[in-house]
Amino acid sequence: MKDDISREERVDNLKGMGCSRKRVEDARFTQGKGNYVDDIKLDGMLFGDFVRSPYAHARIKNIDTAAALEVPGVLAVLTAADLEPLGLHWMPTLAGDKQMVLADGKVLFQGQEVAYVVAEDRYATADGIEAVEVEYEELPVIVNPFEALKSDVVLREDLVGEDGSIPDGAHGPRKHPNHIFTWDAGDKGTTEEVIANAEVVASESMYYHRTHPCPLETCGCVASMDKVNGKLTLWGTFQAPHAIRTVVSLISGIEEHNIRVISPDIGGGFGNKVGAYPGYVCSVVASIVTGKPVKWIEDRMDNLMTTAFARDYHMTGKISATKDGKITGLHCHVTADHGGFDACADPTKFPAGFMNICTGSYDIPTAYLEVDGVYTNKAPGGVSYRCSFRVTEAVYFIERMIEVLAIELNMDAAELRRINFIKKEQFPYTAALGWEYDSGDYHTAWDKALKTVDYDGLRAEQAQRVEDFKAGKTRKLMGIGLSFFTEIVGAGPVKNCDILGLGMFDSCEIRIHPTGSAIARLGTISQGQGHATTFAQILASEIGLPADSITIEEGDTDTAPYGLGTYGSRSTPVAGAATAMAGRKIRAKAQMIAAYLLEVHDNDVEFDVDRFVVKGAPEKFKTMKEIAFAAYNQAIPGIEPGLEAVSYYDPPNMTYPFGAYVCVMDIDVDTGVPEIRRFYALDDCGTRINPMIIEGQVHGGLTEALAVALGQEIAYDDMGNVKTGTLMDFFLPTAWEVPNYETDYTVTPSPHHPIGAKGVGESPHVGGVPCFSNAVQDAFRPFGNRHTNMPHDHWRIWRTANELGLHD
Amino acid sequence: MIPAAFEYHRPQDMAGVLAVLEEHGDDARVMAGGHSLIPMMKLRMAEVPHLIDLQDVGGMSDIDVRADSIVIGAMVTQAEIIDHAELADAAPILREAALQIADPQVRYMGTVGGNVANGDPGNDMPGLMQCLNAVFTVVGPDGERDIPAREFYEAAYMTAREDEEVLTAVTIPAPKGGYAYEKQKRKIGDYATAAAAVQIVRDGSNCVSASIAMTNLSDTPVYSENAGAALVGTSVDAAALGAAVAAMLDDIDPTEDNRGPVAFKNHVAGVILRRAIERAWSRA
Repeated sequence: MKDDISREERVDNLKGMGCSRKRVEDARFTQGKGNYVDDIKLDGMLFGDFVRSPYAHARIKNIDTAAALEVPGVLAVLTAADLEPLGLHWMPTLAGDKQMVLADGKVLFQGQEVAYVVAEDRYATADGIEAVEVEYEELPVIVNPFEALKSDVVLREDLVGEDGSIPDGAHGPRKHPNHIFTWDAGDKGTTEEVIANAEVVASESMYYHRTHPCPLETCGCVASMDKVNGKLTLWGTFQAPHAIRTVVSLISGIEEHNIRVISPDIGGGFGNKVGAYPGYVCSVVASIVTGKPVKWIEDRMDNLMTTAFARDYHMTGKISATKDGKITGLHCHVTADHGGFDACADPTKFPAGFMNICTGSYDIPTAYLEVDGVYTNKAPGGVSYRCSFRVTEAVYFIERMIEVLAIELNMDAAELRRINFIKKEQFPYTAALGWEYDSGDYHTAWDKALKTVDYDGLRAEQAQRVEDFKAGKTRKLMGIGLSFFTEIVGAGPVKNCDILGLGMFDSCEIRIHPTGSAIARLGTISQGQGHATTFAQILASEIGLPADSITIEEGDTDTAPYGLGTYGSRSTPVAGAATAMAGRKIRAKAQMIAAYLLEVHDNDVEFDVDRFVVKGAPEKFKTMKEIAFAAYNQAIPGIEPGLEAVSYYDPPNMTYPFGAYVCVMDIDVDTGVPEIRRFYALDDCGTRINPMIIEGQVHGGLTEALAVALGQEIAYDDMGNVKTGTLMDFFLPTAWEVPNYETDYTVTPSPHHPIGAKGVGESPHVGGVPCFSNAVQDAFRPFGNRHTNMPHDHWRIWRTANELGLHD
Repeated sequence: MIPAAFEYHRPQDMAGVLAVLEEHGDDARVMAGGHSLIPMMKLRMAEVPHLIDLQDVGGMSDIDVRADSIVIGAMVTQAEIIDHAELADAAPILREAALQIADPQVRYMGTVGGNVANGDPGNDMPGLMQCLNAVFTVVGPDGERDIPAREFYEAAYMTAREDEEVLTAVTIPAPKGGYAYEKQKRKIGDYATAAAAVQIVRDGSNCVSASIAMTNLSDTPVYSENAGAALVGTSVDAAALGAAVAAMLDDIDPTEDNRGPVAFKNHVAGVILRRAIERAWSRA
């Protein structure tokens, strides 16, 4: 049998790995045909929403719901007293703490859920909320974690014994009623000794401000309890639908097989939709109570003020080096503000996430990290906003410490990085704080980046600019922002990564249809990442069927295999690996079928793009399409009919994507307005599945990095009022504020991942934040700036210029 | 973000509007583009039991460029200001300012009348109209009256318009000379950190008249007569610029908000005004 197309064409037809295949999701998204939670409309559906606390810390004296129940259309008002008999007035958090579902005697942050009003439509719900009368007694407010550790004011009375004793928390001993945990890594004694005896030490304190992932779609759900068959269906904006099913089962007592959780299309997550929120619990209870479906959808202010924040890390560092710049030690202490409840979304054994990746891309022989978690009167959360667990904080910390050390050494910061990078031949490299970096080639990436941007030329231009500024010829300074980052993603190996005891493997289940198309289901859930496009490409290359003939389905716990969801750039490293492994099982069976059909021994055929060929006789082959048909329709001795496979993948290690970024910025010292002239981003995410989607991810991650570095924050006043509760004050960049990004890459495949891929969604955010920040800080370095905190909005940049005497 | 219940009125003529206003007093509010009022209602910060939509009331959507004046109907949108070629020739500062208001979607709905009548100190048109010495025409139960823009604003959201009056038109003396509307903002869609409207007339190397107004630096727009006067008779040199900025700083009274503290706002106001004067002067 002769083939009428070339091998090259056969490869192209698959649209497999490496192809910039257009996103199959976009047809519906760009035509308004997506199906988001708020698009779900069920017969008789009711609407629930919250009475929220205007106070950051107050005792609740009384809740009067009588007037609300008189509002036409209002059916019920739930309070903690109603939930208590069910044991649902509190719920467990992902961090091993517990959180009030509805205020149980007091409130701990502004916007906290106090009562849940259920009515026939949204308008009646809103009127009902207005009519609930709550009597508060204000308590002293603490919005600063250092004050919290000194204060006599106990925020969490439920965590203090009657005798005033402080029982251990989920992560060990607590040293103050407002203290949550101390967690450390590394060698304290040696690190302190190395730093004490070092030739050069640079110290700096920095505050990584609180911000918020702010997905375009807010959080929400629809709960529908069918009292006839006893089944609960819960649609929601869940980044981890299977974990939500398990958690709902554990706290409600409904058996897991009677719960179906569905994540439909999700309009961005960025970590905000990992945790469990009171809205989910109250909607489920309300559906059980009323027997009708109940929808809850946050508005923008609710989302910004109450659902999971990110960052809020006060970091103090010491970095030591020899006189010629070889780093010898690193010490880091973090005071972590967790708000009123510890609802961080981290693997259980890592209450500060992977902050212990804070030695970065550098060969630092000894290091020590200590993190203290603290309660304050702020909203709970602490999620990984477009990063793996706390990696953005870690990378910001080390990339600032490197800059400060460069100042201390009077050395070029690019050169300082170069002489301290972990060398290619040192991989796999075990870092001082414990992680084993799987692979890397930092020098190649760094050299490529610096050469592309003409780094020496930029420095010469900057020096000239400084001269011109001093001569009064310009009022604009020029900053060159550098960052080199190593991410740690793909959580993760079950041996050290679980959330609430759920191992962080992931899964893929494939069914090949008789005519040679397929459906694959995964335990992850896309929130815009393009899984339906890229996972089909992985499979296309693995099983030799065109990506266009493969449907990818996620998010329905009744059909998809169990998995831990999508966050922390884990989908490609974990579920992507499961997909490849399941594909290889399909291929193994296909090989036996092909051999039978070709009447040769199993080992006499080999896979070639979209077929099995007889070794040495490429004109004798069976295509995967033919094999699929035979699998179902031909009796083959010793082989079961059908062509299906499932794989649960427990990764042997994390993956470690890295990258080199450079930002060139002009800063108007009189107005504080920064202008990004150039942004170059080189990413190494290992094997590249879809270059176009990678570029889109890089653009998105950089834009969120720009936001965080240049203005985006959740700010509180001393009374615990949120000052940035709307998009007027919370900075969400538009196309107007965003520069043109130049993207580039190197490829260093992960040695342990089946296809060598490492994940990319979060790298640009992790690397971008310090790059933008370093550009601002670098502009002021010639005038004596050492460190200023983000966000670098106009007035704070102006303040830096002012404090350096540049307005005199 | 769900408003309280309200009655929606959509009268076909001004008599109908005035009748609803007379019947319900301050329980009624008129709405032009709605881009200030509706968010306030959704936040339940404005309670409007009777909302009167002006969309069907004719006669307020024209831009009339005359020999010595320009009349702009209250329902003219910012987008229409931007797209009107004759207006761009006659009063280019209007286009320059309108392009810096909000974003295209808002500008398709937001009107000149709503922008000037609402009394929000963040709005750009009030300061601009003060700079241009515009006159606002309002109509009420006792007929029409004119109120100079420079006397219209009393405090945040408080204006010389009575509750039962509707602002119908803005009349501007044909602007002369160079112009500039300079605005610093944090992002698209934001109100000004500081903005300056400048219209300047030059004779040779001499400034013969100058009009200056500032936006979002007090609880009303600030027309700074002294700042303009500081430029008149000068060649708009460094000393004159300094005097104008100093005079303006005496007139503004910014407050701290998320855009920054008072010292920053004063500094930026000076920088922005300086740039606006320089640009206007270069065009004069």
